[in-house]
Parts: sequence; C-alpha cells; structure tokens
Amino acid sequence: MIDTSRIPKIPSFTLPALIARIGSRLPQFPHSVNLALALNAAKRMGVLGEETLAEIEGKHFRVTVLDTGMVADFTYRQGAFRPLWNTAGKPDLQFSAALSAYLQMVSRQEDPDTLFFNRSLAIEGDTELGLRVKNMLDALEWPALSWQGLRPTFLGRG
Amino acid sequence: MAKPQLVCPAGSLPALKAAVDNGADDVYLGFRNDTNARNFAGLNFDDKAVAEGIRYAHQRGRKVLVAINTYAQAGRFADWTRSVDRAAELGVDAVIIADPAVLDYATKTHPQLRRHLSVQASATSYEAINFCRDKFGIQRAVLPRVLTLAQVENVIRHTEVEIEVFGFGSLCVMNEGRCWLSSYATGESPNTVGACSPAKYVQWEKKPTEMDVRLNGILIDRYGNDENAGYPTICKGRFEVAGATYYAMEEPASLNVLEMLPEIIRIGVSAIKVEGRQRSPTYVAQVTRNLRQAIDAAVAAPEKFAVKPAWMAELGKVAEGSQITLGAYNRPWR
Repeated sequence: MIDTSRIPKIPSFTLPALIARIGSRLPQFPHSVNLALALNAAKRMGVLGEETLAEIEGKHFRVTVLDTGMVADFTYRQGAFRPLWNTAGKPDLQFSAALSAYLQMVSRQEDPDTLFFNRSLAIEGDTELGLRVKNMLDALEWPALSWQGLRPTFLGRG
Repeated sequence: MAKPQLVCPAGSLPALKAAVDNGADDVYLGFRNDTNARNFAGLNFDDKAVAEGIRYAHQRGRKVLVAINTYAQAGRFADWTRSVDRAAELGVDAVIIADPAVLDYATKTHPQLRRHLSVQASATSYEAINFCRDKFGIQRAVLPRVLTLAQVENVIRHTEVEIEVFGFGSLCVMNEGRCWLSSYATGESPNTVGACSPAKYVQWEKKPTEMDVRLNGILIDRYGNDENAGYPTICKGRFEVAGATYYAMEEPASLNVLEMLPEIIRIGVSAIKVEGRQRSPTYVAQVTRNLRQAIDAAVAAPEKFAVKPAWMAELGKVAEGSQITLGAYNRPWR
C-alpha cells in the first residue's frame, strides 16, 4: 500500500528556459508513447472508471510540459490509450503546466483547482471533458496501485 | 465549552478518507445525479462507494451525511424520494435537504433518519428554522452565508435546533438557494440541474498575454497573466458598468473564519462546515487538517487562541482567487 504522504515535498520550480528550447526541438512522439503506456498500465490495474473511459472514446488529448518543451498527444480508442502521430488540428482537451505542477498534482500535494486559481495550470478545450478526467483521477484509490516497482528509484530503499 | 463538529466535503471516496484521516467529525457527500448541488461529470458516489465510505467513517467513529439539496423538478419528484430511500437504506447518519416536499417525504417515510436543513433552503431566521423543526423534525440547520455573527448568535438563542455555519470555502453571491444567475446565461442552475455554470458551457481561451473565460458565449472575465483566477460564475465576473470594468457583484474569494473561531464557539455554534465537494482529496486533507488544529486550539484555550501563520498560509493558498475574506460575519453595517 502506498502512502502518498511519504513522497518528499515537491517544491514549485521552473526549469531553465534553455531546456524548453532544446526539448521543444526534439521528437515529441516518444513522450506520447510513454504517457500512453503508463495510462494503459493504470487501466489494466482496473483503477480507471469504466464509465469515464466510455466518455473519452476517440478524444484527442494534449499534455504540454511548459518548462521541458515536452508535448504528448494521445487518444483513447477501442479499449486502449494510443499515441497520436498526426497532431494537426485542435485537441479536444489540452493541459499545460510546468513539470513541478504536474508532479505536485499526481503526488496529491496540490489540488488542481488551487493550481488553476494561481495560474500554474491551464485547461483549454472541452471543459466538461477536463472535469471528467480530473474527477476520474481524484477518485483513484492509490492503495490499489502497486508502486513497489517505483519505490526504489523514487524514495530510496527502506 | 461544547466543541463544534467539523463537517467536511467529499466528491470521491479518496476525499472522504482524506477528511476522516485529517480529523473531520462528519463528512458530507452526494449521489451521482441532480438531487445534489454538485452534480458534475465524474464526481460523487455510487452505492458501493457510499457503503465503503460509511464503513470507513463508522470504524473510526465519524459520521456520513448525504446532501439531497436541490429542488425536485416538476414530474420527477420520484427521483428525489428515491435518493432519500437510498440514503436511508445505505444507513447514512443524516440527510441534508432543502425542498420542503422532500423534507416532508423523508419525515413521513423515514422518521428515524436524522434530517438537516440545507443552506439551499435559505432559512436565515429562527422563525423559519423552528417552523421546519415543528413540521419536519429537523435536528440541524445550515445557515446561509449572509448573516453577521451577532445575527447568528440571535438565531442560536431562539432555537434548540443545532446551528451549522460555514467556516471555509468558496462563497456564493448573497442569495443562497435562490440564485438564478447561472440560468440567465445557460438555462441551467443549481436548483434545476444541480450545477452552477455547468462545465459544458464553459470555455477557457489562453492567449499570449491574457486568458478569457466565456459562459455559453458570454465573456465573464479576462485575466492578465499575473492575475489569479476564480470559478467561471457570473457573480464572480468582471463587467462593464457605467463605463468602468470591475467585479460588479463580488470578487472571487474564499470564506475563512479562523480568526473568529473563539467567538463562533462561544455563541454555541454546533457545527462548522467546509465547502468544496468539487475539489480534490488534496484540498480536503489540507483544509480539514488546518481547521481541526485551529478548532482544537480554540476550544482548549479560547483566551490564548492565536491564528498560526502556517494555517493561514495553507488555507490562503487553496482559496478561490487565492484570497480570503470573513464574508458577512463581520459586516459593520446593519
């Protein structure tokens, strides 16, 4: 069982602009593949609500990490998250934030609305879809996730 | 001195557990339908989650309340009575109801089920509260956030119904339970569909130097890149009035009563409520933890009570628009 309170406190930071300048010139497809793989792993654990998954079928999502220059485009189709090669056109839903804001959010150290109020997180596109995704993530029961594989690198042993 | 119950919000099971783990006495939640006023996509509890939430809370000596706090729509009264039946069958500790017809149904069908009068009932006088006690046997009433502390004290002095007040969270314009501003733009509002500014009508648009937010096409606000944002409700928008553009109704801010806690306890408030079922488990943990510490300190030694900067810092951070207010409690005018 994971105790999210044991994750070290993540400060708010912005990486040097140079990183974003370099990062944005690198191929973005690997990021999309990685994110889709992670989401599919979560889906296989059965922690993502089926009702919400049905609602996001065929939607184009874009996650931008502003200070690394990373952009990941993906969709959910026929039971799996899939990276998108063709990123032309406006995504249905787009999140943009600095790396530290995403880390604070997934480790449950900051509330997404708080980050939104202080302008650390921007959401554009289909707001209802965004709310649905946010609420699906909020309803995730961390204890159901096995973080054992992550622990040694994330927290150190012991 | 009686210690007020700390009543905290939950939009999901992890939020309920966060509330219990961080010291809430009561946790309130809603079903996944428009019988509650936070009817947002993907939020709220199905029966399985309610049952697990009750098990978790009861094991730790806490209570679970269910908000059935919207007004029954014409031709669909059975949806509201079904929610009351579900709450009773699941074994919740109380239902929080606004609509008198729904209260009447609960009183007659489940007399043993504890009933609270919702803030959405807009009862601000002890006469209204005592009427609901006589008619519907309510044991607690949640006061709208429109009264000064002196007025709250006057209500408490004239009723034996437990009085619950808001202690922290986003504020509504001073028309609670009767507001139709959201309907003006969208045709939908809390009393009709269980949501203010439903998300499907909200459009955020980021531009290089500003961010626009529209509700069903109507421009509500335009934020500069260094300005804090709020929820996209009409009451918290900036509009052009007589040649000037400003918050014409109210500024986005959260109520925070920390500095008045000793007074709130002294006048005999029975319960202090936190707003925010739409927010994440992180918010629930942060707010519950700080209010728990503050209430305990204020009860233990009211004369020595001092607000800790760390409490204010964390509560200020999670506040809407990143700013806090004492709201109507300390309004100097009458």
